[in-house]
Amino acid sequence: MSLAQPESIEDIKARNKALIKEVLEVYPEKTAKRRAKHLNTFEDGKPDCGVKSNIKSIPGVMTIRGCAYAGSKGVVWGPIKDMIHISHGPVGCGQYSWASRRNYYIGTTGIDTFVTMQFTSDFQEKDIVFGGDKKLAKLIDEIQELFPLNKGISVQSECPIGLIGDDIEAVSKAKTKEYNGHTIVPVRCEGFRGVSQSLGHHLANDAIRDWVFDKMEGKPALFEPTPYDVAIIGDYNIGGDAWSSRILLEEMGLRVVAQWSGDGTIAELEATPRAKLNVLHCYRSMNYISRHMEEKYGVPWVEYNFFGPSKIEESLRKIASHFDDKIKEGAERVIAKYRPLMDAVIAKYRPRLEGKKVMLFVGGLRPRHVIGAYEDLGMEIVGTGYEFGHNDDYQRTTHYVKDGTLIYDDVTGYEFEKFVEKIQPDLVGSGIKEKYVFQKMGVPFRQMHSWDYSGPYHGYDGFAIFARDMDMAINSPVWKFAKAPWAA
Amino acid sequence: MPQNAENVLDHFNLFRQPEYIELFERKKKEFENHVADSEVERVKDWAKTKEYQDKNFAREALTVNPAKACQPLGAVFASLGFESTIPFVHGSQGCVAYYRSHFSRHFKEPTSCVSSSMTEDAAVFGGLNNMIDGLANTYNMYKPKMISVSTTCMAEVIGDDLNAFIKTSKDKGSVPMEYDVPFAHTPAFVGSHVTGYDNVMKGIVDHFWNGKAGTAPKLERVPNEKINFIGGFDGYVVGNIREVKRMFDSMGVEYTILGDPSDVWDTPTDGEFRMYDGGTTLEDAANAIHAKATFSMQHFSTEKTLPLIAASGQDTYSFHHPIGVRGTDEFLMKVSEVTGKPISKELTKERGRLVDAIADSSAHLHGKRYAIYGDPDLCYGLSAFLLELGAEPITVLASNGGKLWEEKMNALFASSPFGKNCKCYPGKDLWHMRSLLFTEPVDFLIGNTYGKYLERDTGTPLLRIGFPIFDRHHYHRYPVWGYQGGLNVLVWLLDKVFEETDRNTIVPAKSDYSFDIIR
Repeated sequence: MSLAQPESIEDIKARNKALIKEVLEVYPEKTAKRRAKHLNTFEDGKPDCGVKSNIKSIPGVMTIRGCAYAGSKGVVWGPIKDMIHISHGPVGCGQYSWASRRNYYIGTTGIDTFVTMQFTSDFQEKDIVFGGDKKLAKLIDEIQELFPLNKGISVQSECPIGLIGDDIEAVSKAKTKEYNGHTIVPVRCEGFRGVSQSLGHHLANDAIRDWVFDKMEGKPALFEPTPYDVAIIGDYNIGGDAWSSRILLEEMGLRVVAQWSGDGTIAELEATPRAKLNVLHCYRSMNYISRHMEEKYGVPWVEYNFFGPSKIEESLRKIASHFDDKIKEGAERVIAKYRPLMDAVIAKYRPRLEGKKVMLFVGGLRPRHVIGAYEDLGMEIVGTGYEFGHNDDYQRTTHYVKDGTLIYDDVTGYEFEKFVEKIQPDLVGSGIKEKYVFQKMGVPFRQMHSWDYSGPYHGYDGFAIFARDMDMAINSPVWKFAKAPWAA
Repeated sequence: MPQNAENVLDHFNLFRQPEYIELFERKKKEFENHVADSEVERVKDWAKTKEYQDKNFAREALTVNPAKACQPLGAVFASLGFESTIPFVHGSQGCVAYYRSHFSRHFKEPTSCVSSSMTEDAAVFGGLNNMIDGLANTYNMYKPKMISVSTTCMAEVIGDDLNAFIKTSKDKGSVPMEYDVPFAHTPAFVGSHVTGYDNVMKGIVDHFWNGKAGTAPKLERVPNEKINFIGGFDGYVVGNIREVKRMFDSMGVEYTILGDPSDVWDTPTDGEFRMYDGGTTLEDAANAIHAKATFSMQHFSTEKTLPLIAASGQDTYSFHHPIGVRGTDEFLMKVSEVTGKPISKELTKERGRLVDAIADSSAHLHGKRYAIYGDPDLCYGLSAFLLELGAEPITVLASNGGKLWEEKMNALFASSPFGKNCKCYPGKDLWHMRSLLFTEPVDFLIGNTYGKYLERDTGTPLLRIGFPIFDRHHYHRYPVWGYQGGLNVLVWLLDKVFEETDRNTIVPAKSDYSFDIIR
């Protein structure tokens, strides 16, 4: 199955063009026309990747995308640990998203912490017919009785809520009043809204703005501010990512007053508008609230990337540039401190990974952010794309990808399989739904949403794990067994 | 610097290094506005009391950690049991991402399924256009032999009519007129995943037997000597279906497995991705009408399918996930009685071997107290096996169990002296179970992966049997049905006992006089 590898950039571009043409041939004409806009080859010097994005998926294809509920409950709200997040509607959505995203936290689950639990209103037919507002009100009472140490409640709407016209805002308001200002947040993140989980991130951000920020005016600050207060925004602490990031910010002399939302608390959300700078990792999921805090509270924000030493160095300096010399020196001190570790990691793993080709397909920041980490190990990204990126993500991607990289937006299962079959990369990085497809084909794979249950991958401590994991996947002895010795 | 290139620390150990411990303490103290530790301890202790349990059981609106999923998941499971069939879920696409992830996490296998990707406009105008385009795309791209359509809660709330939509799609040329597109309405707010399995199985049987949605004449039943077998929603389907086939083959029984995803969820790694593998052929699905009888391994998974089959003139028999000696005896005797084929010598010998194993080992299980949760049929089968081992299924809980299940469980308990102190809990969840484990402690807990939280909080050792099992690998490859399956379950039960015994006796100079080498 392996093909002659193209030599020059021109060869690569010609191959990609032919590949795109080939995959489109299978579709009915109307579908082929629509999909054609999402597939392209990156051309150096262009302002974006030349693909359309954030458009409805086509019915009947195997899209990798999720829904607005997944974006709000699964990503943004779910990790806030001292709140109870109600999956409001039928039992399924809460069940499938139950503890599946590895947002690590410290706390006593079921008593003062609730992330790895599934709270649902378990809608029955009668709730659809008569509406679920009364049930929601009662359910909140029951939460208050059985989980008295919860610091807040969010109501994550599943599809039927919007369709049957429930007024979750009214219930939330009434219950907030009844429970002396207890934070109760309704989120209109029904799964049919928008085109992917991306809208759910936005809706979740808006709910924080309207139901947390707007209601906390007058509440006293929990701490004395310092000039060095920052908040980590858009890190979900997968396998402890936010912790291996936080440690670096603290080492350079900054004070991290909040983590959003991995291992986060309602107190940290409320503290954030008092920060001096918001440092934003996942731009896609949390640029909205960062922009809002800039406009309303005057808190500037800066994007950073903590994958791999090159990007970490760049990012530490970029963050430090917003502060005085003390912090700038701190950044240099941190860079110098970890350089021997990074040198050792690269010396160990680069010879085993040099020249290996990688194809990615992930969510909102990783299709670009992890590229530097692979390059630090001498590896090359030959194809990448976003599940739910927008045009501004594809603009930002141009800083990372090389001329001739194959770009596929909202790739369908069919396209992805064909691309990998023809390009024959040494590694594919994507999600659980894709993992076994490619492993069956004998292609090494890493889950780049969940770090394949490993991690952290962020920060210097994380990079050591990242490098080891890529080596482990690519150089596993198992791939030599895929073909039986007697098979042709 | 805690990390080291020569010995890379995973999250397990990385975050136990002093730098990180300090970081966590600082975060908690300065920014989390945490509840006082004494208050946490107070509530923690209170949650173990009878008082808390009473409040917990008084819940009417809130469900916490339920042991059930929604209908559409079971719909996808049932559809995947047919040859070259792709499940098509009419509704919003996020649901399908969840079902595919859920099955992939359990089976460690790809799971192919598409949706009609309905969004706001479909919510307002209905999803007909999504169906028309979607069927055409699926048909062209994935070249399935059959597209099996089911719904989500969204399509059900807005009232989309699958029968009419599929007809219109065919009129518009999405797929050929005679192409097989069976369907079932599977609202997520009714029943659970086992209901969805039932509805789709019924939909597929009805499609093939009753005129293929008006595109063919109804089939006339011409009885033959075959029997049909339906497994139901079963996390052990890969091992179980193969075991059932082996048992039938050993008896010379002619059979059709109706719904067999055992190959599609167990494809080899050999350089090729097989989107389709194995499954009941469409021809066999149609010809199944001629069978003598249909056997269902799980009554509650086929409550609607069996009456439809019975209406064709067949006899139907259902079991409750038979595990162990008596369950297998009853199943095989019924198969033998219906088919006229004697139970083979080989199976008789296997039976004797299982009895032998029980005789060798049941002393270690005698009187042990168990809590079990899971699907109604599985709970029944496991409880029945424990009773025949002389163990006690003290607490048996099924979030998706109903009145009939309760009656059957109570009759089972009443049939054995070991069932005297046992109680079942239909419609309850794992937060109820947590209270019960505190107030009525048992020796072991049996259930799916989510039970690990109960193990952590209550200290009750968990034996993983059920669905889903995410955090242990490859259990689904082993059968739990038949005498061989019974042996597997027996070994798992014993291993847990021995591991606990060793753990409790391992301390030198304190308890290790019982740390025996021979058990």
